[in-house]
Amino acid sequence: MEEKIKCRKCGREIEREAFLLNLRVCPYCNDHTILGSMDRILITADEGSFREFSRDMKSVDFLKFFDLKSYKERLMEAKLKTGLNEAIVTGEAKIGGHPVALGVMDFGFMGGSMGSVVGEKIRRLCDFSIKKVVPLIIFASSGGARMQEGIMSLMQMAKTVSAVNRVREKKIPYFCIITYPTSGGVSASFATIADIIISEPGALFCFAGPRVVSQTIKKEIPPDFGLAERNLKNGQVDMIAGRKEIRDTLARLIRLFSS
Amino acid sequence: MDLKKLKEVPKSYVKEILRSLSKFERLKKIPFFAGIHFKDAEKELDGKIEGYRMIDRQSARVWRIVELSRDGRRPQCLDYVKGIFTDFVELSGDRLAGEDKSVMAGLGKIGGRTVAILGQNKGKDTKERIKYNFGMSVPEGYRKSIRIMDIADRFGFPVVTFVDTPAAYAGMEAEDKGQAGAIATSILKMFEVSVPIIVVLIGEGGSGGALALAVGNEVAMLENSTYSVITPEGCAAILWRDPAGTKLAARALKITSPDLARLKVVDRIIHEPMGGAHNDPRRMVKIVKRYLTDALGRWSKFSGEELKMMRAQRFEKFGFFEETDTF
Repeated sequence: MEEKIKCRKCGREIEREAFLLNLRVCPYCNDHTILGSMDRILITADEGSFREFSRDMKSVDFLKFFDLKSYKERLMEAKLKTGLNEAIVTGEAKIGGHPVALGVMDFGFMGGSMGSVVGEKIRRLCDFSIKKVVPLIIFASSGGARMQEGIMSLMQMAKTVSAVNRVREKKIPYFCIITYPTSGGVSASFATIADIIISEPGALFCFAGPRVVSQTIKKEIPPDFGLAERNLKNGQVDMIAGRKEIRDTLARLIRLFSS
Repeated sequence: MDLKKLKEVPKSYVKEILRSLSKFERLKKIPFFAGIHFKDAEKELDGKIEGYRMIDRQSARVWRIVELSRDGRRPQCLDYVKGIFTDFVELSGDRLAGEDKSVMAGLGKIGGRTVAILGQNKGKDTKERIKYNFGMSVPEGYRKSIRIMDIADRFGFPVVTFVDTPAAYAGMEAEDKGQAGAIATSILKMFEVSVPIIVVLIGEGGSGGALALAVGNEVAMLENSTYSVITPEGCAAILWRDPAGTKLAARALKITSPDLARLKVVDRIIHEPMGGAHNDPRRMVKIVKRYLTDALGRWSKFSGEELKMMRAQRFEKFGFFEETDTF
């Protein structure tokens, strides 16, 4: 394993250990790189409090999607790469001593794309949140809908919004944390209807990605397009919180909402 | 004999097959290779080619429907509104930032009952297309829909939507104003209202931009319309970085009315006049009017709570997965 990592943003070399100790955030330019679900849970939930739901739920190639690589192969590759069965890990956890329903998406698994399993896991997480009357917390990270599931992936947008709507009706708070990158079908469904939206610094959060927009309007787009800081200025997110502060921010919010 | 080439389906597979085929034919002509050695290979090659030919034929069939669904002569939202509702009053603006013409909103009467109408127009000539931004909506449009649905909810008007959009507009300003949030909130609003919602997909059902108006108690689809998570062009570009794959993507995505009915994403297929809706727009409008009268009658007997619950159940059951353990 290499001792040094080059920051993709500022280009500086970082000692591997320093980079990991800093939770995969560049110590020089504060670039928040992609964090896997399990690492995220480790730094967010109270030690030993996380219990996963529906770990064995798996996607199926019900459309027999025609591709150079079959959907099955792509799923297997993603599984080997991430050690996960799907693009989201859900379960119960405690944050600062408060029980919560926690969902964490994983961009490493087929670009965090939302298919039937992601939708169903979120629906069940909402059910749990309602049953136990605990806040719903989801870390979003996704390129959008999973094309290999065709229209069914579009339907997951409606499905997750409906499930979240039931949480809303019960007046249970829902917090969503936007991480790099969150776009497409996930940003246009459950992610943007949270009561409070927290964004990591520099997180891309948009519907159409920068490349698509630049192609559509046939113009260069500003470098801060869709980024957290611009979204904050435009009123699209409540706040920006660094990776290290998110846990305390969430704990504080839970306390505020539970009085 | 390079069969390996065939095993991995190449980017634009047709070309590749033809290339392999000609290579194979050439090889056969070399005396050294002549004879029995090729039998199995030949059979395998034949099978593959036949398989691909079938895929190719199916793709062409699906593509014809895609072209029909995008046909500019097809009746559009405005035609249905004019031909179906009486006392129609168009409503404008989201009361926040502006007015988006691509989304048409208003109130009208059908069978003596007031309904709220939402829909997308693409326009029939260049001038109209520019006015309607080719049916691609911006946050103002989705927020206008939300406002109209709110009126419908408070006054108990059923909502009818006509969906026809290539996609939500991918622009700088649209993004800055919260395109994603506007779509999500529109979807949310459709789960919140206590009135019946009837959705008719009349042309192109393009991704999130279409779904923003398509959460109905009942979703109907014209025979030659399409409904997809991504355009075939977009899908081909992302998966294969090759526009030649567009037709293949159209087939793979399963976007036609029979496929969507099989997946239960649409409840009704509304048949079009021979050759497509554009051949007899007036008759098409009449058929849709009859369908809507019937559907509104069927859904009017449920209470607000029942309607909401049925909508939630309709959409929350979507998905295919397998599970060995349960939680």
